Amino acid sequence: MRFVDEYRDADAARQVAAGIAATVTPGRQYRLMEVCGGHTHTIYKHGLEDYLPETVTLVHGPGCPVCVIPMGRVDDAMHIARQPDVIMTSFGDLMRVPGSHGSFLDANAEGTDIRMVYSPLDSLRIAKANPDRQIVFMAIGFETTTPSTALTVRRAAAEGIENFSVFCNHVLVNPAIRAILDDPDQRLDGFIGPGHVSCVIGCEPYRFIAEQYGRPIVVSGFEPLDILRSIHLVLRQLAEGRCEVENQYTRVVPWHGNPRALAAIDEVMTVRPTFEWRGLGTIAGSAMRMRDEYAAFDAERRFDVPGIRVADPKACQCGEVLKGVLKPWECKVFGTACTPETPIGTCMVSAEGACAAYYNYGRFTRSRVREAAGLEMSRR
Amino acid sequence: MTRLDEAARERRVLDRIETARRRRPKLRDRHITMAHGAGGKATAALVDAVFLEAFRNPALEALDDGARVEAGGARLVLTTDSYVVTPLFFPGGCIGDLAVNGTVNDLAVCGARPLYLSCGFVLEEGLPLDDLRRIVAAMAEAARTAGVTLVTGDTKVVPRGRADGCYVNTTGLGLLRDGPPDPAGDVFGDDLPMDGVVVADDPVGPWPVGYRPPGARPAGPHPAGPTTAGGLGMAQARPGDVVLVSGPIGDHGVTIMLARGELDLEADLVSDTAPLAGLVERLLAAAAPGGGVRAMRDATRGGVATVLNELAMAAGVGVVVDEDALPVRDAVRGAAELLGIDPLYVACEGRLVAVVAPEAADAALGALRADPLGAGAAVIGRIVDDPPGLVLLNTGFGGTRIVDLLVGDPLPRIC
Repeated sequence: MRFVDEYRDADAARQVAAGIAATVTPGRQYRLMEVCGGHTHTIYKHGLEDYLPETVTLVHGPGCPVCVIPMGRVDDAMHIARQPDVIMTSFGDLMRVPGSHGSFLDANAEGTDIRMVYSPLDSLRIAKANPDRQIVFMAIGFETTTPSTALTVRRAAAEGIENFSVFCNHVLVNPAIRAILDDPDQRLDGFIGPGHVSCVIGCEPYRFIAEQYGRPIVVSGFEPLDILRSIHLVLRQLAEGRCEVENQYTRVVPWHGNPRALAAIDEVMTVRPTFEWRGLGTIAGSAMRMRDEYAAFDAERRFDVPGIRVADPKACQCGEVLKGVLKPWECKVFGTACTPETPIGTCMVSAEGACAAYYNYGRFTRSRVREAAGLEMSRR
Repeated sequence: MTRLDEAARERRVLDRIETARRRRPKLRDRHITMAHGAGGKATAALVDAVFLEAFRNPALEALDDGARVEAGGARLVLTTDSYVVTPLFFPGGCIGDLAVNGTVNDLAVCGARPLYLSCGFVLEEGLPLDDLRRIVAAMAEAARTAGVTLVTGDTKVVPRGRADGCYVNTTGLGLLRDGPPDPAGDVFGDDLPMDGVVVADDPVGPWPVGYRPPGARPAGPHPAGPTTAGGLGMAQARPGDVVLVSGPIGDHGVTIMLARGELDLEADLVSDTAPLAGLVERLLAAAAPGGGVRAMRDATRGGVATVLNELAMAAGVGVVVDEDALPVRDAVRGAAELLGIDPLYVACEGRLVAVVAPEAADAALGALRADPLGAGAAVIGRIVDDPPGLVLLNTGFGGTRIVDLLVGDPLPRIC
């Protein structure tokens, strides 16, 4: 398959791995955070860690849109969905996220009409087909998905579709990275930057990571070879004492991002003063809401939204996992009380969540897997 | 803390998780959700807590694709399946041939020769009669191809909006023949009465190894199906055995997904729906049940990954799969890549997974490939003793990972 296979080539991977082995300082421990859940998924799905020296640890960051949604927002959404005549739409990942009283799937079994869509535009189609119902799109995601929500709202306005609104939960990646860097517990040496977000915002906004916090960051593509190369680039910066923003994903990410997408966001949405993140608490200026000009499409104004605040379940350590303080398996409920079937924390729900990725793909000590699979250590 | 301590700690945690994972899931829900139909843990919990609880008996408790029963001296396999696929017609088939092939295949992989089918229709008011005719014609054709006879049926009509056009249920009856294949190569013998009640010549022996009396738990870590006297059964896999698949995987699931037209994707792809009884016969003739072929399963809901997980748990063995060896069409790979799903989990309706003793692997592969339905057969992996109960994948990228049971169904109503 073109544009995919060349980025999954095992021979090329072995070469990069050799470069990585030659770059690291013996005895030094490296902790690199891949910010994006898409990267986490790729790392586990392709078994990328098999190529890393044992001294290089990957820490799975907060860039999983589903994982950072607090329970209160799920409860708010459920409240909207229970209003008469409402059809709520959402991405598939969100269907199983637990609120205080079950997930969207459970709510559907009890009579709500919450439908999975692949694109916010599908919600407009549903709105047109059901003129006597209210269609509410539960919008989640980082800057990657925000433009498509903005364009959908713009189209709804242009076409005069009045029975459509957005429950906006779009979040911003950099305030979250800053919150993690400000946490006294973190011990990170560098970052693998989110490729898809960067398609929209570009590479410039990450400068503060290098300049104020002294950590290198390399914006990376999503194929396993992209990530392996980006890890090499970060390690090389560390070896050479450099601290910069680098772009490994040049085939997709322009340095200055996508001005039209940014303009669409800016037209429809504005930054909220604060927003609650699962596990990370309240972060200033970290999420988007609808602008007053588009208030008619804002579900938070159209419906009476209770603004429910729910403390994360005590047993759940999603926050520590999101900050990279704990590895998924170090969480007290990981894999026993909290599994993909019955997730307690959001990290166990989405395929991009660190816990789900680890549970589904990596739930085994690396050495034992290698042994069983007949992989020679020399292969690395 | 040193790395060694950490590794030991991780291993302890993971062992605890394995124990938790093998516990039969509990039914905690108050309503039926889509997950209960997805074939995963929620389905298992429902079956355990509701159906098994009410119907408990030895034949049912095996929870295999079909039940081994005896009547009038004959050893029979009885199976039933309901079909709710949407759309009703798709490239390569329709709900009609799917309903025949699916049930025929469940009988075949249990080691039975499929003989008779019943069919029940639930029809929605307003269904075009031409559509029903096409469905029924496809069923008749599929039955002819599979060598089964549709001997009884039922029709119900529900008001508009209460069903999605047409649902079909088929029940299949097949004759189980024990022992190694006869020299003529016909594993089922040629003395098979094809009309009336089936009566086997030989007396009914004791139930085969692996069969459990009511209430007893199997030796393995997970309830395992009984075996035929020939030693066929999911629990029979042992370290060193080779895992084969009879052709490219995921065709059916991806075809249905694209046929729904929700994704604005197009591909030159047709469903793989086909009756596998002939292919199974060829396979068992080349590699006798037990000594050669240890286990067979058709990879339907949940795909090859689900079959391999069931196998690993039933036999208490590990399964190592090579990603590069998996036959997957480019169109399936491409669509799966775009949809974010793994072809390993996508349903097939005409592919079987077989576990074969190493010395019989070449013969088994040759036999599969000699049949048009098995032309794309491949060796995809092997059985290992450690880690028991887990499926591992050597990725094309050169890494390794686990292939676990899927939670929820990414593609509902695929069959």
